[in-house]
Amino acid sequence: MTGNVGAPVEDWQQGGFGLYIHWPFCQSKCPYCDFNSHVAATIDQARWKRAYLTEIDRIGALTQDRVLNTVFFGGGTPSLMDPDVVAAVLDRVRATWPMVNDPEITLEANPGSVEAGRFRAFRGAGVNRVSMGVQALNDADLRSLGRLHSVAEARAAFDVARTTFDRVSFDLIYGRQDQTATDWTAELRRALTMAVDHLSLYQLTIEPGTAFGDRFAKGGLRGLPSEDLAADLYEITQDLCGQAGLPAYEVSNHATAGSESRHNLIYWRAGDYAGIGPGAHGRLTLDGTRWATECPKPPGAWLNVVERTGSGDLVPTALTGEDRGHEYLLMGLRLTEGLSLSRLSCMSGKALPSEKLHPLTELGLIQVDGDALRTTPAGRMVLNGVLRALV
Amino acid sequence: MTQLDLIRNFSIVAHIDHGKSTLADRLIQMTGTVAARDMKAQMLDSMDIERERGITIKANTVRIEYPAKDGNTYILNLIDTPGHVDFAYEVSRSMRAVEGSLLVVDASQGVEAQTLANVYQALDAGHEIVPVLNKIDLPAAEPDRVRQQIEDVIGLDASDAVLISAKSGLGIPDVLEAIVTRLPAPTGDRDAPLKAMLVDSWYDAYLGVVVMVRVMDGVMRKGDRVRMMQTNAVYGIDKLAVLKPQMVDIDELGPGEIGILTGSIKQVRDTRVGDTITHERRGCAEALPGFKPAQPVVFCGLFPVDAADFEPLREAIEKLSLNDASFSSEMETSAALGFGFRCGFLGLLHLEVIRDRLEREYDLDLITTAPSVVFHLHMKDGEVRDLHNPADMPDLTYIDHIDEPRIKATIMVPDEYLGDVLKLCQERRGIQQDLSYVGNRAMAVYDLPLAEVVFDFYDRLKSISKGYASFDYVISEYREDHLVKMSILVNDEPVDALSMMVHRDRADLRGRAMVEKLKDLIPRHMFKIPIQAAIGGRVIARETLSAMRKDVTAKCYGGDASRKKKLLEKQKAGKKKMRQFGKVEIPQEAFIAALKMDG
Repeated sequence: MTGNVGAPVEDWQQGGFGLYIHWPFCQSKCPYCDFNSHVAATIDQARWKRAYLTEIDRIGALTQDRVLNTVFFGGGTPSLMDPDVVAAVLDRVRATWPMVNDPEITLEANPGSVEAGRFRAFRGAGVNRVSMGVQALNDADLRSLGRLHSVAEARAAFDVARTTFDRVSFDLIYGRQDQTATDWTAELRRALTMAVDHLSLYQLTIEPGTAFGDRFAKGGLRGLPSEDLAADLYEITQDLCGQAGLPAYEVSNHATAGSESRHNLIYWRAGDYAGIGPGAHGRLTLDGTRWATECPKPPGAWLNVVERTGSGDLVPTALTGEDRGHEYLLMGLRLTEGLSLSRLSCMSGKALPSEKLHPLTELGLIQVDGDALRTTPAGRMVLNGVLRALV
Repeated sequence: MTQLDLIRNFSIVAHIDHGKSTLADRLIQMTGTVAARDMKAQMLDSMDIERERGITIKANTVRIEYPAKDGNTYILNLIDTPGHVDFAYEVSRSMRAVEGSLLVVDASQGVEAQTLANVYQALDAGHEIVPVLNKIDLPAAEPDRVRQQIEDVIGLDASDAVLISAKSGLGIPDVLEAIVTRLPAPTGDRDAPLKAMLVDSWYDAYLGVVVMVRVMDGVMRKGDRVRMMQTNAVYGIDKLAVLKPQMVDIDELGPGEIGILTGSIKQVRDTRVGDTITHERRGCAEALPGFKPAQPVVFCGLFPVDAADFEPLREAIEKLSLNDASFSSEMETSAALGFGFRCGFLGLLHLEVIRDRLEREYDLDLITTAPSVVFHLHMKDGEVRDLHNPADMPDLTYIDHIDEPRIKATIMVPDEYLGDVLKLCQERRGIQQDLSYVGNRAMAVYDLPLAEVVFDFYDRLKSISKGYASFDYVISEYREDHLVKMSILVNDEPVDALSMMVHRDRADLRGRAMVEKLKDLIPRHMFKIPIQAAIGGRVIARETLSAMRKDVTAKCYGGDASRKKKLLEKQKAGKKKMRQFGKVEIPQEAFIAALKMDG
């Protein structure tokens, strides 16, 4: 890969350019989580800082003169990062790329009292948005989800966050064991009274390789919702959020107009993003080729390779037109706004044939509106089926 | 060549698991026919499938030299016969090639239906029969009860039955002595024109077609030119050998002897089990009686899962046909399944064996359609047509009536399961012909339609009797009944591979069961799908598969793109394993599972 100076307007620019930084550590591993997260007794924060800075320098050299839209600290639990490390990373980011006037700098935070104490320092480092993993608003469910915090702690931490940051969001998981439509309706109503302008509401997914996945495979983990109840819960979610002025802008994300996560929109709009940290993925368009980048997953391996070679990248993959088309469909159709058919044709080198679109339109699952292709609310609920029909 | 009175030819009649193969192994071992280091279990079952299923499909033979107590060394020829009803004709021919049988009965299990059928074949062939009670060392062994049962059920004096344990070797010398002293020597005239029976044949990669023969009269020599009386083909004998069980060349085979020959025979199809072999010149005047051409009774379609495998399937079927004259095939096109073959088999086991061999030995993935029998369509214009495939059913207005094959089934079952077994037979349109008891075991004889048996009758019988029922049948006749073609419509499109011939009175039940099963087997689509069973234009059962309501990935961010894309592409590839009917995709497993009907 080499840098791209003075290239003509490229497709990624319609999605923007963001930087993702992965912090792989948590205080404990949640039983549903299949993210690259680890529990470590001691963490040499200074060493991690140096590795992040090395990676920023490397990516910066490849993407000189690009304007950076967003930075996102994800994990893991990045609120466990030393605020000095966050500050050093953001200083280096600002020194590397020109940034838009109002860059969005998000940090995922655990809603515990310890983290709340650091919020001011994160603010000082430049973080202007937090996304908090509240997950449930009742203590019994928090425990069964393996969370260490209580509802009261979460509320307290959230209140600190609201007064500290310009923008705050929180996550809830629904479709939990034995959760009824009535339970969820009540809980979501409470959540909406707390919410400011953004909410991520995820249906619990049992992933293989997690503690829940193992229990489920052994016939445990009873009381998960049927497809019909899951559909009801999803519909309730859409309705209540819509009524509260936070309509879905993506399958699981709700916001008031203008408060959408700009960083995540880069993914869904097929923009470019650099991924730094263990297991981080990136998409970078360089000299007209779009590359899929990936870093080694084990934290120690990533750290070593960065220190030894000055690069945390595994061998990047050049995406074909078909790859790019599939990714754009996969991502773009998650958004309420949909995707651009002309961009899709440009990427994949061929237009979506009308015989694939037509049956789905007939069924009321998708809409073609000028250049826009979007899923209807009904279509978004069966998006996997829609995608299978379109590829 | 051996003196007639020093030859004993015999077969072993036994139910599966009663120890036939183990006994054969012991006889071979104890006479030193095979060196101990070369012994492997079930010497005579050469195919993997035979070993795995514990059944014999092809006849096999072994020549044993036994120095008897009378000071003479005898030649004992054991023909291991197929033990399954599907191969009843092959069994009957093997039986004609020997003079006596060992009837092996498990001393704790007693006589089973299959034993019965084979023992009757042996009696038909005029055999002397020596009863042998096996597994005599097991705590559950009840030799007296089983002896009595043999007398009551078969009408055979079992007072001097040989008591053995084939596993431990107990009593094996007594078996060898009994063969020599109680079974008759063969008869035959070595000066008469050659008359030999073709007992079986198979294809060998090195030797080509190998023919097993039993010489009745005359002498067969290496280099002789012989004629097959049925096909009238003439071959030169390139090789003459006996199996010990490894091949040992000999120069001639005389009356009473059993051996193998090879010539320039191209395919097994050119040899007919039961045919008579004689010399080209100075041949015998009359062929041996009882020859029957192979007649497939169960048909099904075999289609490649991947359409690209059609040519490999064609080649595999051709190769298997070379080695199995009883298996027929012709090309078939199905709207649902594409290009494939309609194949005929001797029975369900034969079908399964061939399908397994195609899948395993030729590495093919196959879809098997509903097995069906051959119906005789009596058309209004007087013509009689064979219907092998429900898809070919002509318009009803041209048909006067339909005959279907019936079987005479013998079922033996412990008393406590009898009620359920009778119910099953009743459900399958059976007519009871006889019901008798031997101790606490009942023997039911039923007249049943073969069509009702080719489904899953045997599986059902085993499950309702916890494996204790045994079952055997012979095809008895063709008889008229009220038969109709039931079609299955998925989203209003007929699925030809699922259509079947059923009895009018059973159609509603079958139709209901089928649509309910399909409702579970077809994955939900993004729209609702009616699934119907119909006779002609009349719907007899209907289910609606509701539309998929929710199928969406909750989280999908930058780090998920690669993984989700791969998943999507995998699903796209998986679509090839689905069959498209109009807008509906039906997974292949659904065809197979739908046809395994219960009730």
